[in-house]
Amino acid sequence: MVGIASSFSQSGVINWLVQRVSALVMTAYIVFITVYLLANPNISYAQWSELNSLLSMRLFSLLTMASIASHAWIGIWCVLTDYVTERLLGPKADIIRKVLQVCMIAVILIYLVWAIDILWGF
Amino acid sequence: MLNVSIYRYNPEVDNEPYMQDFQFDTQGKDLMVLDVLEKLKIEDPSLVFRRSCREGVCGSDGVNISGKNGLACITPLSEAVKGNSLIIRPLPGLPVIRDLVIDMSQFYAQYEKIQPYMINNSPAPAIERLQTPEERAKLDGLYECILCACCSTACPSFWWNPEKFIGPSGLLQAYRFLADSRDTATAERLSKLDDPFSVFRCHGIMNCVQVCPKGLNPTKAIGHIRNMLMRNPT
Amino acid sequence: MASLRTMSFDAVIVGGGGSGMRAALQLAQSGYKTAVITKVFPTRSHTVSAQGGITCAIASDDPDDRWQWHMYDTVKGSDYIGDQEAIEYMCQTGPEAVFELEHMGLPFSRTEEGRIYQRPFGGQSKDYGAGGQAARTCAAADRTGHALLHTLYQGNLKNKTVFLNEWFAVDIVKNSDNAVVGVVAINIETGECVYVKSKATVFATGGAGRIYASTTNAHICTGDGVGMAIRAGFPVQDIEMWQFHPTGIHGAGTLVTEGCRGEGGYLINKDGERFMERYAPNAKDLAGRDVVARSMVLEILEGRGCGPDGDHVFLKLDHLGEEALNAKLPGILELSRTFAHADPVKEPIPVVPTCHYMMGGIPTNVNGQALTIDREGNDQVIEGFYACGEAACVSVHGANRLGGNSLLDLVVFGRASGIFIENELSKGIDLKDATQEDIDRAMAGLNRINASTEGENAAVLRAELQTIMQNFFGVFRRGDYMQKGVKKLDELRPRIENVYLDDKSNSFNTARIEALELQNLFETAYATAIAAEGRTESRGAHAREDFQERDDENWLCHSIYFPGSKEIGKRAVNFTLKTREPFEPKIRTY
Repeated sequence: MVGIASSFSQSGVINWLVQRVSALVMTAYIVFITVYLLANPNISYAQWSELNSLLSMRLFSLLTMASIASHAWIGIWCVLTDYVTERLLGPKADIIRKVLQVCMIAVILIYLVWAIDILWGF
Repeated sequence: MLNVSIYRYNPEVDNEPYMQDFQFDTQGKDLMVLDVLEKLKIEDPSLVFRRSCREGVCGSDGVNISGKNGLACITPLSEAVKGNSLIIRPLPGLPVIRDLVIDMSQFYAQYEKIQPYMINNSPAPAIERLQTPEERAKLDGLYECILCACCSTACPSFWWNPEKFIGPSGLLQAYRFLADSRDTATAERLSKLDDPFSVFRCHGIMNCVQVCPKGLNPTKAIGHIRNMLMRNPT
Repeated sequence: MASLRTMSFDAVIVGGGGSGMRAALQLAQSGYKTAVITKVFPTRSHTVSAQGGITCAIASDDPDDRWQWHMYDTVKGSDYIGDQEAIEYMCQTGPEAVFELEHMGLPFSRTEEGRIYQRPFGGQSKDYGAGGQAARTCAAADRTGHALLHTLYQGNLKNKTVFLNEWFAVDIVKNSDNAVVGVVAINIETGECVYVKSKATVFATGGAGRIYASTTNAHICTGDGVGMAIRAGFPVQDIEMWQFHPTGIHGAGTLVTEGCRGEGGYLINKDGERFMERYAPNAKDLAGRDVVARSMVLEILEGRGCGPDGDHVFLKLDHLGEEALNAKLPGILELSRTFAHADPVKEPIPVVPTCHYMMGGIPTNVNGQALTIDREGNDQVIEGFYACGEAACVSVHGANRLGGNSLLDLVVFGRASGIFIENELSKGIDLKDATQEDIDRAMAGLNRINASTEGENAAVLRAELQTIMQNFFGVFRRGDYMQKGVKKLDELRPRIENVYLDDKSNSFNTARIEALELQNLFETAYATAIAAEGRTESRGAHAREDFQERDDENWLCHSIYFPGSKEIGKRAVNFTLKTREPFEPKIRTY
C-alpha cells in the first residue's frame, strides 16, 4: 500500500501550493538569467562573479534551489507513487519505491547543501 | 455487415480474455450500441453485460466503445463505428468479472468515503429547509451524476491509485454536498480531503470531462474543492 | 438435495428501488438487521427514470392547497376503484414523507420563497374539481426519480443497511403454516444460491412493463414479485389495469414526462390541431392519462396521425422558449435529441401511448401486509409477507394512476411498511422455521432451468409473449380478441416453462437470470390476460370496445386473480374514510 510518510508535506493543499509557487520562482529565475545574458552578450567572468556576490542575487539563487528541491520532491514522489506500486509491479514494488524515495530525498538534500556551499562557501 | 469485436472472458472457461468478432447487419439503421449487444445476446446468450433503463439515466451500461468510455444505450453507431468496425471492451482499470462486466467495488468504496449524504444535525423544521433558487442552482451539474464510472475509469490517476484517489465521480459528489446550503459539515468534509491523494492526485487531464455521458464537469468541481481547501485551512 | 447456506435477517426487502429503500431506511434507522436484495445496484432501479415529480399537497405553490383536494383527484383518477382509506392515508401522510426526503437532501427545484417548486400535472385540481388546475407536483427539474432514488440510497448508506447487490430472488419460501419466511436468492456474480431467512419479507420488486413489446419501462421491470407471489399461490389484484403513458417517444418507447404538458406543452395531430380540446374541454392535455392516451389512439385510428405511416402524434414544446426548456426540462431535451432526433426547442417530439405502469399487484392493506382472500371472501393477512410500491396494490391508483402519484406511493407505503414491521419486530415475531422440503420447493423452478437439455431460447420466447400482449391486451381491448390471446398464452406456457439454458456457468450468468425473469413475466402477463378478459366493462385504463360503459353495478370492485384456479373473483373497494364522508362514484369527465 502506498503511504504518505515520505510526502513533502502531509497536506495536499500545501504540496499543491508549493508546487505552484516554486514553479513561479523557477520561471522568474530563468527569465531573469536569460534577459541578463541577452542584455550582456559579452559578459566577463568578473561581471558574472559580481552579480552572484550580491546578497539579493544569492538569496534569489537560494530560493530557486529550494524551489527546485521541493518541486522535484513533490513531482518525483507523485511519479513514484503512481508507477512504482504493488498494483503495477507486484509485491516487490513497495520496497523498490521506498528505496527510490530515500535516494530521491538524499539526492535532493545533497544538491541543496552543495548549492548553499557554492553560494556561501564554508 | 458491421464487424463487431467484443472483449470476452468467462473465468470458468477461459484462461485469458480474448476479442471475439461478430458480423452484424444493421439494416441501415443508426442503432444504439446497446441494441447491437442485445441482438447479439439473442444469438449468443453467454454474452454478458449490464443494462437497465436503456435511456442513459441508470448508469448500468458504461463500457469502452471503440476506445472511449460511454453508455452503450445512448451511443449511436454513427458515433462509435470507425472504419466499419465497432470495438467494445469493459471499462478500463477495474477488475473484469466476466465479458463486459467489471467489479465496481473500488469505485463504490470511493463514493462511500466522501460521506455522500446530507449532514445537518440542527432540528429539522416542520416543513422543508428553505433554499433560494440561486443556492439550489449551485447543485446543477453535480447532483445529476449517475455513478456509471465512465469518468473514474478513464482517469489515469484513478487507474494508478484507485484505493486512495477518490476519482472524478466521487469528487463531483463530494462537492455536491460541500456546495449544498443545507449541509453543515463543510469543515469536517474538507478535513477528510486534505491529504496528498484524495483530491490532489487530479492532474487536470480532463478525460473525465471528455467522456461524461451526462455532460458534467468533475474537473471544475475538483477546482472548487481545491479553492475551498485553500480558503479554509484544516 | 444439498442444503443451501442460510443468512438470517430481521427484515428482508426484495427490490432496491424507491419503495424498497424507503422501507429499508425505516428499519435500518431503528437498528433492525435489514437486508435489501436487489438484482441491480440500487441506483439502477427503475425509480431512477421517473421524471416529472412527486405529487403532494405541501402548499408551496398555493398556500391554501389541501391534501383533501389531492385525495379527491386521486379517487376520481382511479375511476373509483382506488381504496379510499389508502388514498386518504397517502395524501394525508404525503407532506411528512416528502419533507423527510427534503431533509435527507433531495435537491428539489425551488420557488423564489425558497420552498419546493411544484408544477401542474394531469388530473390535479383545486377545491374538489371546482377550482381549476392545481400545481401540486414537487419536482427536481425533470429528474425527480433520479434525485429521489439517489437520496434514498445515500440515506441507507448513512444508516448502514446491508445491501445484497446483484442478487436475484428466485422464489418465496413458505413454512407449513403458509407463512412467508424468506426467499431463496442467487448471487449473480458467483451463482451461489442462499436461503435468506427473515421474520418479515417485503416485496418491493416494481412493475412488469416488459410484458408489452412497447414500454417506457427498463429492461429489469419483469414482474418478479408478482411472478413469485403467483407461484407461491397468492392472489393478485386489478392486474388488468395497465397504464399507457400518452407520451412515449415513438419507436424508442422512452418516457417524456407529463411535466412537459404541465409546463405548457400540448399534443397536436397531423393538421397541427390541439385535439385534446375536443376530448377534454376543461383539462385539455392535462386530463387523466387514460383519457389522453385513448384520445391519441383515436386520432391515429381516424387517420390524423403524424409521420409517413400516420402512427403517432406530436408533442409541441418549442413555444415555451429555449430558456424555460433548459431550466425546467433539461433531461427531456437530451432524451428527445438522442432518441427522437428531434430538438424540442425547434420541433415537436413524435410520441405514442406506451405501456408505463402496473396499477395492479399484490393486494395489501395500508401497513403493507399482503392479503389473500379466503373462501368466504374475507381478507386474510399472509403472515410474514409484505409488499409496497408498484409491485403492491394497496390500492391507491385503482383503474388509473395520476402522474406524480407513483413516487408518492413509493415513499408513503415503503415508509408505512417499515413503520409497521418495526413495531411488529419490537413485539416479537415468531414464525415456524422452514423445512428442507419448503426450501427445496422454492428451488424447483431454478433447478428445472439448470437441468434443461432442450427447449427454446428465452429471448425468443420473451419476444413472442410481448407481441401477444401488445396485440391482444393493449390500449383498446375486445372480448373475442382477448380470448384468442389467452389461448395463445396457454400454448406458450409449456414452452416458457421448458425454456432452455445453454450456458450453465455460474459466474455472472445473465442468461440464467433472464430465463427466471421470463417465468415472472409470463405469470404477470397471464394474470393480466385472464383479468382483462374477465372484467366486462370499461373503467380507467381498461377500455373495452365490446363493453364501452363503466358498470358500477357489477364492477365497482377489485378483480382478484387466483393462481390455483386461474380464475378471477371480486373484492370490495374500501369506501371508509377516517376524516370525512366517502367520495361516491360520479361520471368522470375532464
